[in-house]
Amino acid sequence: MILKNYTFAQIFSLLIVPAFFATLRMLTISAIMSTILGFALGVILTITEKGGLCENRVLNRVLDFLVNTIRSFPFIILMISIIPLTRFIVGKSIGEVAALVPLTVACTPFMARIFQNSFKEVDPALIEAAQSFGATKTQIVFRVMLKESVPSIISGLCLAIINLLGCTTMAGAVGAGGLGATALTYGYQNFNQRIMYSICAILVILVAIIQYFGDWIYRKMK
Amino acid sequence: MRGGRKVIEIKNLKKIWEDDGSSVLENINLTIEDGDIYALVGRSGAGKSTLLRCINGLTSYQEGSLTVDGKEVKDFNEKELREFRRHVGMIFQHFSLLERETVYKNVALPMICWKYPKEEIDKKVKELLELVGLADKMNAKPRNLSGGQKQRVAIARALTMDPKILLCDEATSALDPKTTNSILDLLMEINEKMGITVIIVTHQMEVVRKACNKACILEHGLIKDEGDVKDIFIKQPASLRRLLGEEKLKLPLTGHNIQIAHMVNSMEEGELFGKMSQELGCYFPILDGKIQDYRGDSMGIFTVNIDEAHFPSMKKYLDEQHIRWHEVLSTDNEEEEEE
Repeated sequence: MILKNYTFAQIFSLLIVPAFFATLRMLTISAIMSTILGFALGVILTITEKGGLCENRVLNRVLDFLVNTIRSFPFIILMISIIPLTRFIVGKSIGEVAALVPLTVACTPFMARIFQNSFKEVDPALIEAAQSFGATKTQIVFRVMLKESVPSIISGLCLAIINLLGCTTMAGAVGAGGLGATALTYGYQNFNQRIMYSICAILVILVAIIQYFGDWIYRKMK
Repeated sequence: MRGGRKVIEIKNLKKIWEDDGSSVLENINLTIEDGDIYALVGRSGAGKSTLLRCINGLTSYQEGSLTVDGKEVKDFNEKELREFRRHVGMIFQHFSLLERETVYKNVALPMICWKYPKEEIDKKVKELLELVGLADKMNAKPRNLSGGQKQRVAIARALTMDPKILLCDEATSALDPKTTNSILDLLMEINEKMGITVIIVTHQMEVVRKACNKACILEHGLIKDEGDVKDIFIKQPASLRRLLGEEKLKLPLTGHNIQIAHMVNSMEEGELFGKMSQELGCYFPILDGKIQDYRGDSMGIFTVNIDEAHFPSMKKYLDEQHIRWHEVLSTDNEEEEEE
């Protein structure tokens, strides 16, 4: 695509808009998947802790180590180093779908910590009260721990999703496309500041919207 | 007290912390009867809350036995334990309500967990909120309620599944004296009307005096004194004085020091000592005296010193009048008794 043959409006609609949607798709799908996985991991980390509902020190240590390890990888390195896993799961290592794997893998431990920290804030006396009237462990997790920590989880999720947006732009390195890759190839490497800065502007707006919605839901839930 | 049937029987119970092997409760023996309002008192760290948690299996014990309605609590498996806890309500010092749910939902929660039909839940919750006097606060959130109201919600929640026993863990410790009294009135009403056995863990002696018929004083995981609240207050054992933080009275070393307890309502105040003085034909100093409310009655406890010569006649007089009395030992002997 030779850029000078196109007007900015054309560039915008042919290049930036599809990239925007690619980013949005990656962001949404990986956010949903990592929230689900992170929730499960967060619950397990919380209940297996010492004095937790299902104390299991070994499992807790193993998961804790795993979470710390994944979180210590820079995203770009993580993405490349888990290519075999990506290929195993989605059958290929390049493209938008392939990028979902490292995005989810990178975000899940972060989400797990967010859930874990939110659950930690729940007053242990509440859990005891639920036990005192004979609630099951599942009921305690969903009806007490989750219910009580929703506002804190919402603000944590907001943080994680914005963090994830940063990662999706890096996913361009495995040919995932999206706003980050477009800003890099068509903007930065092409000396086209207009493309680069308009994408930056879009990202700024996107982050602001996510944060605004997060705060709004938080206030409603509180 | 109605019933007299043993509801909770604890024999030689012993509990140690699994972390460091230190002992929390040792050689605990007590019986709680149907319809009792039983107080477990002691300073913080005495093990009273732990003992309470042994009763509904929130914590385990290593030795001895604790039976509720003849069933050993530590033998329950997880499912049986949950089923058992349905019938044992519990309230807490800091109310333990879900802050994000309405009052209605909080009270309904146990029934929701036990999958009762909606109509039944609705009926029960409204009935209980009526009982605790919060029917108009149904849709309020706990954060908009006062401490006393929150505890009322917690009481309603504890009563949803018609428990036979209600455990109260420092339920009034975070409340002001007036609210404490209203909560105690409610607990007494529940005990009276619904025949629920109430067990109160507290460090407030006013609570024991106002609401409880029996009490046990715990110190460092051991039972120091146990029995009728009235008896304990009359006897004023060392453990009670330590709990109240009262200084030991300096008693004269000559003559006999006698502690007299009588219900003030039954005799006009002042009459007792005036009459006794006249009858015995001697004067005696009153060393200490106080009048306390006990479950709605007023009880006076006085310490007097009587010389050797008039001691037998005073003994006789008090016995004839059916007034409870006992001799207080001088300080040196007391120390031995405490050990």
